[in-house]
Amino acid sequence: MTITKEAAGTALTLSLQGRLDTGTAPQLDAALKESMDGVTDLTLDFAGLEYISSAGLRVLLSAQKVMKKQGSMVIRHVNETIMEVFEVTGFSDFLTIQ
Amino acid sequence: MRELTIDATLENIGPVTGFVNEALEGLGCPAWIQYQIDVAIDELFGNIARYAYRPGIGPATVTVEVTKAPPAVVVTFVDQGVPYDPLAREDPDVSLPLEEREEGGLGIFLVKKTMDDVSYEYREGRNILRIKKHLP
Repeated sequence: MTITKEAAGTALTLSLQGRLDTGTAPQLDAALKESMDGVTDLTLDFAGLEYISSAGLRVLLSAQKVMKKQGSMVIRHVNETIMEVFEVTGFSDFLTIQ
Repeated sequence: MRELTIDATLENIGPVTGFVNEALEGLGCPAWIQYQIDVAIDELFGNIARYAYRPGIGPATVTVEVTKAPPAVVVTFVDQGVPYDPLAREDPDVSLPLEEREEGGLGIFLVKKTMDDVSYEYREGRNILRIKKHLP
């Protein structure tokens, strides 16, 4: 998986390419921990993401918990497979998906 | 039928996924089904890697079978680690709000929801976990 970062003031966009799974979830976790400080608008762009497993859901869960306290988190360009994962796990109830 | 025996480690999730995807090539398997199967491999082989031989390392055998009538893919994971039935675990409560969500427990649940059939048996010292997905 590759992660592209784009920061503008307190807004941060991370664009993900590839697969968010056991092997790559620590990469996203590290990228978030490294740059979430002071961010009020976090956007995760999933346009290049193929799928997400429970390892990826864990990272999104903790990111959403942090961002709920300090601003907002939006996930964009979610494909059909990933949307189904969000729906069956109930994540679609608390994630903001655009 | 294709079969791969490999050390059950997290590093080997990638090679196992590649092995299964190769077997699916040419079957007209849509990308979204392949992604669901890949997620299932991440969850199931990942669990074997984490728990089956802890704290050591042991082998797992992954087989891929394609049936024609009805068209379906069957992937079987076999290990000789501690007996463990992942299907016996209670499903997580997916209606809980964000604050009450805890990490974990979603992997097997996801597999159960996205595959058409998931079965487990313990036979002759081996955990045998099988997933089936119908092809369009």
